[in-house]
Amino acid sequence: MRFDYPILSILIFLPVVSGILLIFVSRRFERAIKWFALTAATLTFLFSLPLFMNFDKGTSRMQFIERHAWIDDWGTSYFLGVDGISILMVLLSTLTGILCVSISWYSVKDKVKEFYIALLLVEGFMIGVFCSLDLFLFYIFWEAMLIPMYLIVGVWGGPNRIYAAIKFFIYTLVGSVLMLVGLIVLHHVADTFDLLKLMNTQLPYNLQLILFWAFFAAFAVKVPMFPVHTWLPDAHTEAPTAGSVLLAAILIKMGAYGFLRFSLPLFPQASVAMAPVMLVLSVIAIVYGGLICLAQSDLKRLIAYSSVSHMGFVTLGIFAMNGYGVQGGLLQMINHGVVTGGLFLSIGIVYERTHTRQIADYGGLASVMPIFAAFFMVFTLASIGLPGTNGFVGEFLVILGGFSRNRLSGVLAATGIIIGAIYMLWLYQRVFFTSVNERIAGLKDVSLREGLTLLPLLILVIWIGVYPDFFLSFMGTSVNSLLARLHQGPLDQSNVMNGVISGAGAFVK
Amino acid sequence: MQYYVLIPLLPLSAFVLNILFGKKITNIFGESFKIGAHWISLLGVASAFVLSIIAVKDVMDGHVVNADLYTWITSGNLRVSIGFLIDQLTAVMLVVVTSVSLLVHVYSIGYMHGDKGYYRFFSFLSLFTFSMLMLVMANNFLQLYFGWEMVGLCSYFLIGFWYEKKSAASAAKKAFVVNRFGDFGFSLGVMLVFLTFGTLHYADVFQGLPGIIGQKITVLGFRTDLVTVIALLLTCGAIGKSAQLPLHAWLPDAMEGPTPVSALIHAATMVTAGVFMIARTAPIFNASRTAMVCVMLIGGCTAFFAATIALVQNDIKRVIAYSTISQLGYMFMACGAGAYAFGIFHLYTHAFFKALLFLCAGSVMHAMQGELNIQKMGGLKKYMPVTYWTMLLASLSISGVPGLSGFFSKDEILLKTLASGLPFSGVVWVLGMLTAFLTAFYSFRVIFLTFHGKFRGHGELTHHLHESPPSMAFPLMVLAVGAVAAGFVGIPHSLGGHDAFARFLEPVVGEARSEGSVAQQWVVMGLSILASTAGIAGAAYVYLKKTDLPQMVAESFHHLHSLLYNKYYVDELYDLVVVRLFYRISRGPINRIVDGRIIEGVVNGVPSLIAWSAARLRRVQTGVVLHYSLVMAGGLFAMVVYVLARLWKVI
Repeated sequence: MRFDYPILSILIFLPVVSGILLIFVSRRFERAIKWFALTAATLTFLFSLPLFMNFDKGTSRMQFIERHAWIDDWGTSYFLGVDGISILMVLLSTLTGILCVSISWYSVKDKVKEFYIALLLVEGFMIGVFCSLDLFLFYIFWEAMLIPMYLIVGVWGGPNRIYAAIKFFIYTLVGSVLMLVGLIVLHHVADTFDLLKLMNTQLPYNLQLILFWAFFAAFAVKVPMFPVHTWLPDAHTEAPTAGSVLLAAILIKMGAYGFLRFSLPLFPQASVAMAPVMLVLSVIAIVYGGLICLAQSDLKRLIAYSSVSHMGFVTLGIFAMNGYGVQGGLLQMINHGVVTGGLFLSIGIVYERTHTRQIADYGGLASVMPIFAAFFMVFTLASIGLPGTNGFVGEFLVILGGFSRNRLSGVLAATGIIIGAIYMLWLYQRVFFTSVNERIAGLKDVSLREGLTLLPLLILVIWIGVYPDFFLSFMGTSVNSLLARLHQGPLDQSNVMNGVISGAGAFVK
Repeated sequence: MQYYVLIPLLPLSAFVLNILFGKKITNIFGESFKIGAHWISLLGVASAFVLSIIAVKDVMDGHVVNADLYTWITSGNLRVSIGFLIDQLTAVMLVVVTSVSLLVHVYSIGYMHGDKGYYRFFSFLSLFTFSMLMLVMANNFLQLYFGWEMVGLCSYFLIGFWYEKKSAASAAKKAFVVNRFGDFGFSLGVMLVFLTFGTLHYADVFQGLPGIIGQKITVLGFRTDLVTVIALLLTCGAIGKSAQLPLHAWLPDAMEGPTPVSALIHAATMVTAGVFMIARTAPIFNASRTAMVCVMLIGGCTAFFAATIALVQNDIKRVIAYSTISQLGYMFMACGAGAYAFGIFHLYTHAFFKALLFLCAGSVMHAMQGELNIQKMGGLKKYMPVTYWTMLLASLSISGVPGLSGFFSKDEILLKTLASGLPFSGVVWVLGMLTAFLTAFYSFRVIFLTFHGKFRGHGELTHHLHESPPSMAFPLMVLAVGAVAAGFVGIPHSLGGHDAFARFLEPVVGEARSEGSVAQQWVVMGLSILASTAGIAGAAYVYLKKTDLPQMVAESFHHLHSLLYNKYYVDELYDLVVVRLFYRISRGPINRIVDGRIIEGVVNGVPSLIAWSAARLRRVQTGVVLHYSLVMAGGLFAMVVYVLARLWKVI
């Protein structure tokens, strides 16, 4: 599918240019700046809708392609396109953009202009990451996004923001530098940065292995996978609400996306060989990330650690390397963005009123803010994977994928559903139930603006839960072609199943 | 679209309308006149009831429906749909669910009157009805799981309905989490079913079953029978939902919820979902003797275990809760013995008399202003005759007095267990007989302590004692009819009946393994009548004549009494072994050591190391010319030595 206008470029540069334009607006016009940012974000979202509606689900090829010569000598070009793996992430990014502007309306009071500039820049760069089909271009967006994000955490964050921001920056930079080395090596061998051309280049196994780990460094930190996850709790906790939402909903998805877009197709043999290691790390993340939630006394920190556990499901699905797992993992990326985004927005809403994140400062909130309690309940249920919500579909597919790949990994991942229920319901009980804590007595329930910010996510929770086929249908073809590439030849799932049953699980022995 | 789609859909719409607009309606019509909230829900469930009756009639005419509504999840060759299977088993469940739900709705109008969460209560009741209907009408495993989890959620909401109370909030969470332990196994079972059969539709799975009998699977290094593993994993789920050993501990705590909820969810419908599921998947269980024996043993042990606890509890609702666990044990026994039809028969009769017992208890609480301790009651008979007579009928029925519905179903279970010929069936049968005696005893202990003798509560309470309003009394009377007469559809051959209920279910769950010989039939029936009369007579002797005896017995068997009174210390054990362990591991090794020390140590350690070495290296740059010239001289000297050495070929 192709449009006669460059839709992907518009999606990337509409927010970026709007952000740059804001530089020239006087900081006195605060209201105007906010409305301008909201308009820019909304327009970006509206522009992404044609993408959604005109997407051809029947092909695994890249769609809405744009290609312009850029630096010919390096074999790099301005090359954009989306397929079933990236399209939903683009849409999630444009939606999240609006929500982030809306939730910051009153909560950001300081350096308002600069805040919205940073926000719009992040949004544009993130969309760029998901649309780039040229590795050099991808790397530029990948790194560019880091700067405004670093500022959002470091300038508008909580008391310990400087430590968190630097930690976030250094952590991700160390990973990215290794990827950069990998990129240069890749270019040296194949003489191009074009993803589609690279996919047709058969790399020697040893080189694949080295490159896999180089890219792994960048992606694993972003996901974040165990044991390189410790930047996340700090960054999430200290970031302003919009920052946490961006981090949770989009930024950490880039790691998982990177595995799917680059590691698996470019280094197929290495990926297959390293999958057991990845499965082990994923399962550890699921169980470990869940258990550690029980020890948290800070609302945002708890949700941050729960992200580690949920992202473990995503990577488990991806490296299960079968249809259920990868589709489930992809869906779980969207789900986690919606649900954790919703949870962070919700926490932002009460934080604005109470200025405390300590769970012990709450209690009985359901009596004080009943509508808010209902919203939070839906997100909680989605987080623990209740059937009927989006969380269930993703988790079920991932566990099924894990289970058919390696039974033990499926079983261990399934313990995540017990642990998840324990820490989320315990959190809900401490915040919303029992008698009203005097610190929070008399709080106002959600305003119309806040309600409208949460509503789209709530609708997505139910929509994906009740009719996930609509979303899964976007991915099916692309996922199958990816798997076919991995397994060299069309993936025969009945064989996988028969293998499980008759082979009786070689690993357990 | 067929009419049966409306059966779950109407309660769902009632839920949506009520949760969104219920509060507004209340505000418009005023606090005292909450017309909207309960009428919406009532209308929803009443129409579902009428449609269910039509559906039952259709099934009796031989129209079994198995149709998909829409495709829910597609991924690879996983294709799960939302669809409906309306056969004989579903028909029975439809009647039980919609009729009890309807009566509980009516009862709640009076019982919940004046509660500030009135509309919320009715919303959740509607949502529960929807979920339970989705569960029983499912035509595939995943939709069953959907309903399964959704009823659990409604149970969570309704146990924690008075969430300001910490005990209610904790009980709700406990119910959900304990169930999740069961669901862990259940969900793995569902996945294994899919990976084995390539489908989740009941019909296709049962069709493919003969092909996999005898296949082996390796679990943790042991090669075992595949069907047995599937059946046992499914059993895990059933144990959780139906509160069987060892996952029974949530049900007594669930009594924190409003009493109508206990009647509907924690007695008549949701907790029986486990039994329903086993009956639904009967072909799988039939293919595994091991799994059947396990189910039978779990049922028998639970029935006896819970009945012993019920003997000494003083909280009226908890006695009935343990009685529910015990009766569910009977149903498990029946299913394990392969007599699924009789398990479902007991489920059906139990729904009426147990819902009635709970609603009567609620009526008593209503009069006693929330008091639950039967030791502080007594002599209520003259104040609340309707409650007394209906509760008496329910107790006679549960005790298995001949002619009432409980007698027919329980007697059949004991007979079929004995006749099944499975290993341990004799032991389980003895446990069942003992339980029958205990059941009669504790049921009448409650009756005598509550309604007979003198009033032992606060003197001023006597002025408040009154019969409940008609909206509450009416459902009691309807249920009493059920408690007496529901069993008539299943009168066995030996008593001149046609065993109609079991015949009706035969197309779905098959025949029992053995009818039992005529001698067995009469012996079992005689013994079970003996057990129930002995129980009732014993209770009458102890609690009406020799009223000081219970105290004496409790004192002389002090240890046994406190063991039973503290419910075998199961809660304490779980708290120690599971709950504390989880939190300990989380706080200590994981949070503090691995995350805090090891990982963060490395993360913060690398920059510190760099900074440390930089600080050391920096010292070289002292800025003193003398130092620099000294180093230069040293270097020069070394170079000269090296060159000379090379010249003289020393190196």
